[in-house]
Parts: sequence; structure tokens; C-alpha cells
Amino acid sequence: MAFNGGTMNRDTDRYRTLTRRVLVLGSIKLGLLSTLVARLYYLQVVESARYTMLADENRISLRLVAPSRGLIVDRLGVALAVNQQNYRVVLVQERVRDIEGTLTLLTQIVPLSDTDRRRILREMQRKRRFVPVTVKENLSWDQVAQIETNTPDLPGVSIEVGEIRNYPYGEATAHILGYVGAVAVSEVQGDPVLSLPGFRIGKTGIEKYWEKELRGVAGTSQLEVNAVGRVIRELSRDEGQPGHEVTLTLDLALQQFTQKRLADEQSACAVVMDVHTGGIYTMASNPSYDPNRFSTGINAEVWEELLSNPNAPLTNKTTGSLYSPGSTLKTVVALAALESGVIGAHHTVVCPGYMDLGDHRFHCWKRGGHGTVDMSDALRQSCDTYFYDLARRMSIDRIAEMCHRFGLGETLGLDLPGERSGLVPSRLWKQATYGVPWQQGETLVAAIGQGYVLTTPLQLAVMCARLVNGGYAVKPHLVKQIRQGVAEQTVWPEIGVDKANLDMVVQGMNLVVNHPHGTAYKARITEPGFEMGGKTGTSQVRRISMAERSTGVIKNEDLPWRERDHALFIGFAPVDAPRYAVAAVVEHGGGGSAVAAPIVRDILEECQRRNPARSSPNAEAGASPGAGSGSPGEVGRPKST
Amino acid sequence: MASDLEPQRPVLTFSRKIQLINWGLVLLICAITGVGIGLLYSAAGGKWEPWAMRQLVRFFPAFLIMLIFALIDIRIWLRFAYIIYGVMLCLLVAVEIRGQVGMGAQRWIDLGFFVLQPSELMKLALVLALARYFHGLTLDQIGRPLVLIPPLALVFLPVSLVLLQPNLGTALLLMFTAAAIFFAAGVRLWKFALAIGSGLSAIPIGWEFLHDYQKQRVFNFLNPERDPLRTGYNIIQSKIALGSGGLFGKGFMLGSQSQLQFLPEKHTDFIFVVLAEEFGMVGALFILFLYVLVFIYGIVITLSCRNQFGRLIGVGLTMTFFLYVCVNVSMVTGLIPVVGIPLPLVSYGGTAMLTLLLGCGLLLSVSVHRDIRIPRSGLAEL
Repeated sequence: MAFNGGTMNRDTDRYRTLTRRVLVLGSIKLGLLSTLVARLYYLQVVESARYTMLADENRISLRLVAPSRGLIVDRLGVALAVNQQNYRVVLVQERVRDIEGTLTLLTQIVPLSDTDRRRILREMQRKRRFVPVTVKENLSWDQVAQIETNTPDLPGVSIEVGEIRNYPYGEATAHILGYVGAVAVSEVQGDPVLSLPGFRIGKTGIEKYWEKELRGVAGTSQLEVNAVGRVIRELSRDEGQPGHEVTLTLDLALQQFTQKRLADEQSACAVVMDVHTGGIYTMASNPSYDPNRFSTGINAEVWEELLSNPNAPLTNKTTGSLYSPGSTLKTVVALAALESGVIGAHHTVVCPGYMDLGDHRFHCWKRGGHGTVDMSDALRQSCDTYFYDLARRMSIDRIAEMCHRFGLGETLGLDLPGERSGLVPSRLWKQATYGVPWQQGETLVAAIGQGYVLTTPLQLAVMCARLVNGGYAVKPHLVKQIRQGVAEQTVWPEIGVDKANLDMVVQGMNLVVNHPHGTAYKARITEPGFEMGGKTGTSQVRRISMAERSTGVIKNEDLPWRERDHALFIGFAPVDAPRYAVAAVVEHGGGGSAVAAPIVRDILEECQRRNPARSSPNAEAGASPGAGSGSPGEVGRPKST
Repeated sequence: MASDLEPQRPVLTFSRKIQLINWGLVLLICAITGVGIGLLYSAAGGKWEPWAMRQLVRFFPAFLIMLIFALIDIRIWLRFAYIIYGVMLCLLVAVEIRGQVGMGAQRWIDLGFFVLQPSELMKLALVLALARYFHGLTLDQIGRPLVLIPPLALVFLPVSLVLLQPNLGTALLLMFTAAAIFFAAGVRLWKFALAIGSGLSAIPIGWEFLHDYQKQRVFNFLNPERDPLRTGYNIIQSKIALGSGGLFGKGFMLGSQSQLQFLPEKHTDFIFVVLAEEFGMVGALFILFLYVLVFIYGIVITLSCRNQFGRLIGVGLTMTFFLYVCVNVSMVTGLIPVVGIPLPLVSYGGTAMLTLLLGCGLLLSVSVHRDIRIPRSGLAEL
């Protein structure tokens, strides 16, 4: 009993201690739990609003939606640059059971090269398993249909639609429209849409110059995403603003005609503009390239080939290549002489086939000479001696000043990148560039459009337009209108030359083509009302030595192609009420009268057939408001022969 | 006094034992598990797979074992206490050896049909061993410092092995559970003060032994924004989920944080957050209330038990259960660093559920056999 009692007492002690301490532990637990409840209250009630916002930030992801690029259309509304639906086949890894097998199956429908395969597998390793990997872009409709019908056998394979820039007339419009390409790192500034994968911007041409108008404003898509970025659903969508439509002054049919006409030559270009509005109807440069290849990403080989081609298919020769204007410059030189008063209207010169200045002899192109010539004869027959004589009476600065007034030697502000300014030499220029004074002999060379003078074909067309439109400083442009924006400028300031003098020069240009002894008589337009005027030009590429001169100048046909003369022609039509001015250059084509003039003739014929100048121009959707009767262009127009 | 002697070996029939089982506690356990399965269903985006169904399937065998444990005579537990402890210690050593061979943390033994995590079961074994040891001691004996050396060794061995794994959370859980038993058994307060004092002074030394990822967890706890996308991510997302849940929650299966995978480990350690996001603070308080009921049952069973062994088991198991809840909730609410302790009976996971249900089985056994008196050295009589 005593033992048991002792046991019990001790057990009671233990029990009392335990009870007390269990209750202490219980209180501690209660205290800790209260802390937890307080913490929950703080997080879930006090700070709830802040965390709710954070939760939304977590789950809502804003993505940009690429805007649709604005269309580019010609003056009649024909679409020249469009957005094509681009079907691409994509593959979602996590839904594909056998990737190799699926790719093999796909190859039967869409040919996949080994390079393609490697790229696909590499992309798959890099991307998350639910992100679609592009297998092939630009599927044909047949391929899309075949894949769609085979979907049961191709789990995880689907067709996606995107937009790709397409130029339906490819090579014909390449130099004007340019092309679009992926955004370079240096170009990513400002607009966040530029960082979108696959977004493309204008790289050259109209696409580049009017990039801002064409691009549009990106839309946004609010997406609910999970922690790894998988899209659960779209909460809202704002489509953004598509780019503006850009209407060009270009006439697609004429452009195509011209491009085709030039294709006979190895390297040539031509530009047609409205002499009153300055709107460019055609701007063709041969050889050309297919801009559609750039939209999908051009491969290195094709790029290399385009770059190394000596005929520069990537260059728009009408604005980007410089040529000696040759005899086409004689028009402005003649005007400069008349305007400065160094000669009268009836000034004559005897041409023995050369002119001596100091101890140097300057040759006329005609060995025997032209005999006694007045200005009209000199222009018609392109007598060099006559212009040597004018040059001898004038300073080079006087000629240069007149050239500048007619748009030479400076950029004309064309709305297209890559315009070159050319060169009109002057005393100051020579002193500054070469450090030696100007020689009078150089004035003689310049007066026949050789030597230092360099012009673009566009400048020659503008020069021609300003001569025949009654002396208005028209400037060229390609864009007629952007959406409902301001229309093109069609009223131009006067250059400030005597109309009678201008008439004389234009009359000379008339005779060049329409007089039986004119240098371009063979290339005249016989269709009544469509007759053209113009001026031939042949610009020498090589230097003719004294020795060669004595044995007889080698004929062009006997020279290697690279050394042959450039053939030039500036023309306008109709001759009695000029509306179109054309400049054409055929590189190493030989003589301007034989090669360039027929091209201009064909272009002007086609141009007038398509846009008859006699019918009220205003009827044609305001194509050239300045060309109506009583417009500035009508003043002082030359009389028909 | 005779009545004191008589009930020492009362005859408890099977049906009597069934009657004596604390069915209120059993119901409570089922309720908590039910809440857990519902949350797992939601966490999987409204699907039974992969978690809810498996959890349910696992619950039944574990539940059955719990009931069997409840019926096992408490004296059997007393007899085998040290042996169970010994076996668990061996298993711990085994995983430690395996862990040395493999890379990183190796905390389980794959028995093929069941993945055994000895550190989990050690929590029960340690309670059993300590309860048995202190059962045989009077208050006077406990007062002698030397007597505390064997139980300290019982604690030290598994704790150091678990720390080596490394599993800081379980080690702390073992130590706190043991401390509760030491405390309830009557160890003097100044000794605790001494232990805490020396423990605190050992922190700088212990810091050197922490693994990098454990140090990261402490750093992230101190400043979660330090690395919001990597190591600090869990706790930031967890707080966002809790906070955005508000008072009444976003609704069942409508929690954006959990449904959209922002919340990591949402089916295991962070399942409390799923509940708090979808049912708000009201839901969180409800589950905490269920747990409080479990603790109250635990305390009542402890205090109504008539043998010291059973009482100490009650203290230990209640403490274990409480620590699970307290550490888990503190962790997901950002009060303490993330230590990887699941929410009892709710988090997805086989071993943790088995451990907790076996613990409940033991507690029920204490409850069933509450009137059995066991002499301090009365084992020979069995």
C-alpha cells in the first residue's frame, strides 16, 4: 500500500505538473494562432486592394496587334502594293506525338529541305512546348487544303494566317515602290510595334519614304495568360488603325509598257512626267528585280547576285544614276545665250566641222561641218560648232545659272529616297574642288553637255518640262494623294525667262523631230495630234584620241559594249500643246537619235493613246488639273510646224 | 485504494474499444481531408486527376490503419516504443548513406509499392520513445540533470541525421515536439532557458552549416523582392494570391493565381493559399477552426488519460499536429522562411498523410485506453 500510495502521489505530482504545463502550451498555441489570424487579416483585408491589383497585373498581358499596311495604288486606283494573306503551317510541340514522323508526313504536302528541318528542330528546342513553331510560310491554296483535309493524321499541326506584302506587278514597279523587310536593330525606336516579331517596314522606295503613313497604328489585345505565358483567353481587342492608302501619280499600264519596251536594252531607263503638274506617270529602270522576294526574306545568293550585277538592277537609274547630258543640254545653253543677250535671234555661225580655241581644236560630230547654221538649224542638226561659238561668248557661270533654273545640278525634292543631285560646274566649283582656275575650253565642252556636267534622267525630264510648259518651275512627285489628305501641288512659280526666247528653243526641238533633216526625224510620231518634239543626245563614255581622230573615229558598233556612247533623248508631246515630258537613257546604246528617240516615241504614243491630252484632262478624275485650257502651261506654247 | 489497483488490467472487448473510439475526432479528420480533396480538385483546374483522386484513394488504406492503431493496446506501444524508434533510426541512416551516394536531398526509400520517408515516421517514433522514457521517471528523478542525457540523445540522433539530409523543417519540428514533451514531463524551466540560450549562441555557427538554398530561403524571407522571378517568387505570388482573395474569396475554382499557375507548389505546401484565394479569409478561418478543434480534442484526450505514457504521447502528437499547421500557415503568409512543411491532411502527399493519420491513430489509442493505468516500471507485468 505504502509503495502504491507513494507511486500514486508521485503520479499525481507528475499529472499536476503536466496538466499545468499542457495548459501553458495550449495558451502559447492560442497566441501563435492569433498571430496567424492577424496576419491573414492584414493580407486579406487591409492590403487586399493592392494585392488584387497585383493579381490582375499578373494575369493580364497586353499584346500588340500589327496594323494592316496601307495600300499603294496608281492614279486610276489599281493596287500596286497589297497585303496578301500568308498561310503558314505551324506545329505545336506538346500536341505532336511523333515530331519526326509528322514532319515526314508534312513533307509529302509541303517540300521541306534539310535546312528547314534543322531550323524547325532548333526552334522547338528553344521555345516552350505550347508555342507554335512555323514549319513553312507562303503556302499555296492547294497545300492549305491538303493539310486541312489531313488534320486527323496530323495532330498539333495547324494553319495560321498572317499578312505579307505583295507587289502584283513585281519588276515593273520595283524601283518606285521599293520593298519591305525586317526591322533592323538600329531602326527600333519609338513605335513599340517595331519590336513585334515578323514586323516589316519599308526599306526603299515609296515604302520607305511614306513609311509613317503606310504603317498605321498598332492595336492591342488584352490576353489572360498564366504563369508561363500560355494564353488562356482574349479579354478584349482593339484592332488599331490600318495604314493610309497612298495614291501615286503613276499610270500602271504605261509603266508596264515602258518597262517592257526598255527590256530590249541591256541597261536603260525612262521617265514620263506631266509638264504642268509634275506628276510622274512612269519611272522605269531596266534591269529590275522582283521585290516580292524581299518580303519573304531574300536569300544571300540572290542578294549577292543583285549586288554584283554590273547593270545595277537595284538602282533606280532615273534618279540614282548620273550621265553626261550630251546634246540635250544644248537647249538650255541656247536659252542662256538668248537670255543673256550675247546673241540675237538671228545669230549665225559657219561650221567647218571644228572650232579652234587657242592651240586646241574642238570637233563637231559631223566631219565635214554643217556650213552656215542659225539657232534653229543648230538645234535641229545638233551642230556642236554653233554651241562652241555660244560658249566662247558666255562665261560658264551664265550657263550654270540657267541650268540650275531648269532643275539641273540639284535634287528636285522627289518623294522617293535615293535622288542624286548631279553636277553643274562653275568657276567657284572648279577652284574649290581641283584648286585650279576654270579654262575656257571647258566651257566649250560643257556647252555640248560633256565634261564635268552630270545629270539624272529625271532632271532631264524636268528640264524638258520646264522648257515646254511655258517656263514654270515644275517639280516632280510620285504621290498624288494620301487618303483624304492634301492633293498634289500643281501650281508652280514662273522661272522668269523671256517667252519669245523659250519659244525659239522649243521650236528648235520641234524641228529636231519633225523636220526632214532633224536628227530624230526617223523617230517622229506620224499620228495627227500626237506629234512630239525633243532633243537627241549622245554622251561619250571614252576619250577620242588625236590618232583615232586622224584615222577616223571608230564606229560604236565596233567598240566593246562598255565603251560605247550612252544614247539620250528628251521629248515632249503633243508638240502644239505639250503635256508630257519624257527623258530616256540607253546606257552604251550608241546614238541618241537611233536608239533613245524611238523608245521615247513609243512611250509618248502609248501615253497619249491612254491619256489623250486633247480631251478635257479634268474629266479624268482630276489627273492633271493644271493642264486645262487657260492654265499656266498654255501660255507661250509653240506653234506646230 | 482498491479501485486504484483493480482497473490496472481492465478487460476491454473489441466492441467496447470500438465504442470508446473518439468518433468526433475521426469525423473531424475526415472533414479536413474532405476539404483538402476539394482544394486539390480545384488546384488541378476542376479535374480529379492528377491529385484529388489519388489523395482520396490513398486516404482509405491510411484511414483503416489509423483505426487499427486506435485499437492496439497502449501497453503494446509502450513495449515496442524503443524498437520502433530503433528501426526508424536505422532507416534514417540508410537514406543518409544513399543520400551520400546520390545527388542532393535523398529523403525516401522506394519500397516499390510505397515510398517511405523515414524522417516523417520518425516524428511518431520519437514521441513514442520519449513518452516511454519519461513514463518511467518520477518528478524527482527528472530533476537530476544526468537523467536527461539519454532522452537528449534520443532527440539528437534523428535531428542530426535529418539535418544532414538536409531537411531543416523536419529537424525543427522534431526538436520542438521533443521540447514540448520535455516541458510537459516536468523538466525545470531554467534548463530550457539554458538550452535556448546556448541554442541562440550557436546560430552563427549553425549558419555556416546551412546549404546555399537554405540560406537563400532565409534571405528571401527577409526581403522577398530581392529576386522576384526566382527564389523570392513563391512567397510574392503566395501573398498576392492571399491578398487578392480578400474577405470572401474569388469563388471555387476561380482563383486566378492558382488557376493560372502563378502559385507554385499549389497542391502541396501552398494549398492553404488556394483555399484563402478562392474562399477568402472566411475560408481560411474555417479550416483553422477545424484544426483548433483537433488541438482541443488532443488536449482533452491528454488530460483525461490516466497513464503518463498516454499523456506524453498526447502532448507530443498534439504538438506535432499544431506545428504542422502553424509552420505551414506562417510560411505561406510570409511570416517565416519557406521550410517545406505541408498542411496536415490537406496538402497532397502520401507519406505526410500516412504519418498524420498514424499519429491520429496513436492519439485515438490513447483515448481508447485512457483508463488503463501503467506502473512506472510495470512492463514486467504485461
